[in-house]
Amino acid sequence: MSKTFKIEVDCANCANLVEDAARKVAGVKELSISFMTQKMKVAFEDGADQDSVMAEVLKVAKKVEPDFEIL
Amino acid sequence: MNRKQRSMLTRIIIALIMTVGLLFIDVTGLLRLALYLVVYLIIGYDILKKAWLGIIHGRVFDENFLMAVATVGAFALAIYEKSGDYLEAIAVMLFYQIGEFFQSYAVGKSRRNIAALMDIRPDYANIEQDGKIVKVDPDDVEVGQIIIIQPGERVPIDGVVVSGESSLNTSALTGESLPREVGSGDEVVSGSINMSGVLKVRTTKEFGDSTVSKILELVEDSASRKSKSENFIAKFARIYTPAVCYGALALAILPPIFLILFNGASVSFATFETWVYRALVFLVISCPCALVVSIPLSFFAGIGGASREGVLVKGANILETLSKVKTVVFDKTGTLTKGVFEVNAYHGDHDQDIADRKAQLLEYAAIVESSSSHPIAKSLQQAYGHPIDRTRMSDVKEISGKGITAVVDGKKVAAGNEKLMSDLGLTPCHCKTAGTIVHLAVDGKYAGHIVLGDIVKSTSAQAIADLRKSGVTRTVMLTGDVRQVADQTAAKLGIDKVYSELLPADKVSQLERILSQSKGDAKVAFVGDGINDAPVLSRADLGIAMGAMGSDAAIEAADVVLMDDDPLKIGKAIRISRKCLKIVWENIIMALGIKGVCLVLGVFGIVNMWLAIFADVGVMILAVLNAIRAMYVRKI
Repeated sequence: MSKTFKIEVDCANCANLVEDAARKVAGVKELSISFMTQKMKVAFEDGADQDSVMAEVLKVAKKVEPDFEIL
Repeated sequence: MNRKQRSMLTRIIIALIMTVGLLFIDVTGLLRLALYLVVYLIIGYDILKKAWLGIIHGRVFDENFLMAVATVGAFALAIYEKSGDYLEAIAVMLFYQIGEFFQSYAVGKSRRNIAALMDIRPDYANIEQDGKIVKVDPDDVEVGQIIIIQPGERVPIDGVVVSGESSLNTSALTGESLPREVGSGDEVVSGSINMSGVLKVRTTKEFGDSTVSKILELVEDSASRKSKSENFIAKFARIYTPAVCYGALALAILPPIFLILFNGASVSFATFETWVYRALVFLVISCPCALVVSIPLSFFAGIGGASREGVLVKGANILETLSKVKTVVFDKTGTLTKGVFEVNAYHGDHDQDIADRKAQLLEYAAIVESSSSHPIAKSLQQAYGHPIDRTRMSDVKEISGKGITAVVDGKKVAAGNEKLMSDLGLTPCHCKTAGTIVHLAVDGKYAGHIVLGDIVKSTSAQAIADLRKSGVTRTVMLTGDVRQVADQTAAKLGIDKVYSELLPADKVSQLERILSQSKGDAKVAFVGDGINDAPVLSRADLGIAMGAMGSDAAIEAADVVLMDDDPLKIGKAIRISRKCLKIVWENIIMALGIKGVCLVLGVFGIVNMWLAIFADVGVMILAVLNAIRAMYVRKI
């Protein structure tokens, strides 16, 4: 199960760093961030609670890049 | 400009005015320091905050940290020296922020421009309700519903014209600027623009399955498949930034210690001063932004430009592979040839007038095959050229892999291959003409055969020559067709090597052999029509599907999708990718080159803070402008 989210991220390097950090969140199978289209594609592990996974992703992302937003 | 950019611009303007103002106010001592600090905080508070958060979260060495250390360091030096020269710290921060602002603006703008190139999303569909035309969300239209498309509107959903005539502009899909004429019964593809008349269309797909949705999905996903050079730079930045920070630290500490130990310099801050300044300059120069931003931007621009030309590339990594293609393997039917057959010859008994005989053969063949949708059947009907009266035919039996039998005008007619003839106990006459052969038997007697030839596309030969010019060294054709036909076609087109009479599975193993022969970085591309060659498409280093308008299967299986079926686009796709990769390398070399030189000069104290800013911001701007060039591929 994968979903695409619209995001706001200001710099290309931050997008790379957020991607690295967010990939390590439990419940995330695959995650890629496109700075160019300002989109984040997340594939969840089977049985993972998407809302709580996404909350954790946002938390981790904010730690790396305070300006990161999921729209 | 978004909210963040506007507030940044305001801060930049305020800081600029205040800085200029401060140059004319003669204040000294603490008041001077306080005033400059206010300006510094206005322009740089977010950088300081981010640097601080970075330190707390254990992610120390990023560009915010670089800038914070460089500017706080410059302030500290000015305070220590009691020079009152705080301008430099502010200037560094100000220029960094202007650079960042410009980058965000330029990148944002080109991002939107490129996205607009690819934006073919229809906003609404017109349906008729109680005699009135109503605009609805295309998602709400069901399959089989009638939609109305006015002149100037985009076709929202794939379908078949029920009434009306018009010409459609498919350039957003195929890059082909010639309009396509459609009338009742013709298929229309979503994403094309209705140019002249009002069309009523019965939808054949849901919006989500329509061509336009598939394309948008593909293009939007493409940006998330990263290229090797992007990954390389991301990894590079991860090692580079800390390395530079340690380098700067070493530059600030080691030379003075060396001087103290071996040259007898005094242990005072004065000894360190020059080196601390040089270390700060070093930090400013070293920021990796130019690379980190310009490379994905180049790929994005390249993919955007290509999609405008009807070449859909599924990712930056694929654009990279495309640029390294040295061998192109073609499927024959539908790729180099039209997949539409033409009647080339008739052979039959000679006891009758030949013209009559021909007409008779073709008439029977066309009637018997009228229930089949096979390309050969369609071509026979087309060659016959008259409307077919199906009531003349009864007892139709399709014998899979052999042919069709039916009763026409009371006569038993069989049309098919040699196997069908031998099943009927007849000996078909072997034909010397190359082509696909349909044998006919009437009332248990062999009547003759029709030879059909596949028509070569008008641009195929040119496309092969074009590929050679674009640096492809080997062209191969794989086909299930008989050897005679295959060899003839290949010779006509100038293809290097032909493998004929292959079953679908043979095509895969043949391709694997070709793959094993290709050495090093040279990649093998397979071009097919995507209909029955999906396994081969996915096995090749790079699968190119053509004529994909309306074919989901091809879009799924291939890496590169050519929206129309013009083989000339293959060479074009390769040239687009080469241009894009060239720009990427130009940027890598330019950025690393200029930075490298400035870093070395910085170590020797030749570069001051101002030049350092240029090496950072200037290079980034140049790289971004260069990256945008990748979008312009129309005349490539």
